[in-house]
Amino acid sequence: MIETIVFYLFAFSTVVTATAVVTVRNPVHAALFLVLTFFTSAVIWMTLEAEFLAISLVLVYVGAVMVLFLFVVMMLDINIARLREGFVKYLPLGIAIAFIMLLLMLNVVTSDIFSSEAMLEPAAKAADYSNTKALGSVLYTEYVLAFEIAAVILLVAIVAAISLTMRKRSHTKYQNPSEQIRVRKADRIRIVKMPADGE
Amino acid sequence: MIEFIAIFVSYLPEWMQYFWPDWFQYIVANVLLALILLLPLFIVVAYYTLAERKVIGFMQIRIGPNRVGPKGLFQPFADMFKLMFKEIIIPTNSNRYLFIIAPIITFAPSMAAWAVMPFTDTMVFADINAGLLYILAMTSIGVYGVIIAGWASNSKYALLGAMRSAAQIVAYEIAMGFALVGVLMAGGSLNLGDIVESQSGGPWHWFVVPLFPLFMVYLISGVAETNRAPFDVAEGESEIVAGFHVEYSGMTFAVFFLAEYANMILIAMLSSLMFFGGWLSPFPSLIGDSIGWLFFKTAAFMWLFLWFRATFPRYRYDQIMRLGWKVLIPVTIVWLTVEGVMVYFKVGPWFS
Repeated sequence: MIETIVFYLFAFSTVVTATAVVTVRNPVHAALFLVLTFFTSAVIWMTLEAEFLAISLVLVYVGAVMVLFLFVVMMLDINIARLREGFVKYLPLGIAIAFIMLLLMLNVVTSDIFSSEAMLEPAAKAADYSNTKALGSVLYTEYVLAFEIAAVILLVAIVAAISLTMRKRSHTKYQNPSEQIRVRKADRIRIVKMPADGE
Repeated sequence: MIEFIAIFVSYLPEWMQYFWPDWFQYIVANVLLALILLLPLFIVVAYYTLAERKVIGFMQIRIGPNRVGPKGLFQPFADMFKLMFKEIIIPTNSNRYLFIIAPIITFAPSMAAWAVMPFTDTMVFADINAGLLYILAMTSIGVYGVIIAGWASNSKYALLGAMRSAAQIVAYEIAMGFALVGVLMAGGSLNLGDIVESQSGGPWHWFVVPLFPLFMVYLISGVAETNRAPFDVAEGESEIVAGFHVEYSGMTFAVFFLAEYANMILIAMLSSLMFFGGWLSPFPSLIGDSIGWLFFKTAAFMWLFLWFRATFPRYRYDQIMRLGWKVLIPVTIVWLTVEGVMVYFKVGPWFS
């Protein structure tokens, strides 16, 4: 009973916030609504007893990825009027693509694999059931190859992103910290002994 | 707590019991539990602000606040009432809704994180399996308050503070997460109570001994995560006035500070739980384990926060980034490898 209420409450807010992401005018507001969408999805996962995934969703996407997103969106002075240019021109194409995607999704969701007969409600786990342990034990035994391949792909992506964006700029005033630390008093100042003036 | 409420309800006259269905008792019990946890926390936060001023005063050979009450002991209340009665000014061109909601977003996770905090082996409010992960997730949400505050204020200084804070927190969260990975490898659990229990057997068994580099990384990134000196560039009074909270006044300003101090206490308590055996006694043969040890260790770390602030000059911003990305993260990765080897060969009293 209470689970149903929680599910519908958060499912509803997920839909509302996800819609808001693509409809609000301000890009910062859109990013904030996306944060809220992640959060409500995490709560829905929590009702499915996937605590580990729910908390990692909050930790990774809300706590790190979206912070960087917001960082970029706030830094850039995005010209919204320019972005909205040609909205009408591209509208038919957009509607067509949206329609095809809707058909595809309906095709998947209404298929027999996802029917309520094939997908029975899983039995509730005991209170001391550790989601984390269960996930870890399959991730590092059964799916270890897929896991490692995903890790390598991510590593390659990081290296590629860095090498694409790194460029030497001549006019930056970059300080070499190890040189700065190694500086001693004798390098910078000279103490001059002078006889006292007058008498 | 739910039992107490049920007993209390059973003493009420019958017509009143009608208003106390089971789910309502459950809610009342949980709200009361939260109050039992949070009210002492507020008191500690209030006196932590006083302690900060007194301790830094002492370190700088000043007296510190000494006018309100004996030895200035009522100063936190004076501050609180002053802030309560001040006007909350909302800048004209700010985003009103986000401007008001920002302090709440900072405050709520810093309180929510306390839900899974164990105080002794039996005294824990929500004993969940993924407790450590939950705390990490909650503390990582707090940065939104800072970013939203900086952006909604529509002020250049505030935005600069928010940008600095965002980049800094993302950098140090990775180092902090890696340091915690080391702890959960050693403890074999994400549950904070289990982590403390696996350190039992005297101070030599505490995780600070095999994981000393990770402890240092955790402490440094803890200071950076809470935006405290010497990493307080998000506020940076000398450069950007007060950073993200320049435009805030009255209670909205106070709520930011409540959250900051609650986070400092949280980090202090987590360090003592994860690396210093929490409630375990350092002299197991002489004195037993008790909650007093946890409070003592936490107070020691809270003192460290103040000591840092009185001692270190503020970091330069590029140096903060360098320390986070190029020093702390490599240190954690190296030590995680070393720890993996230690776990594999079941070294010492810790990994056997």
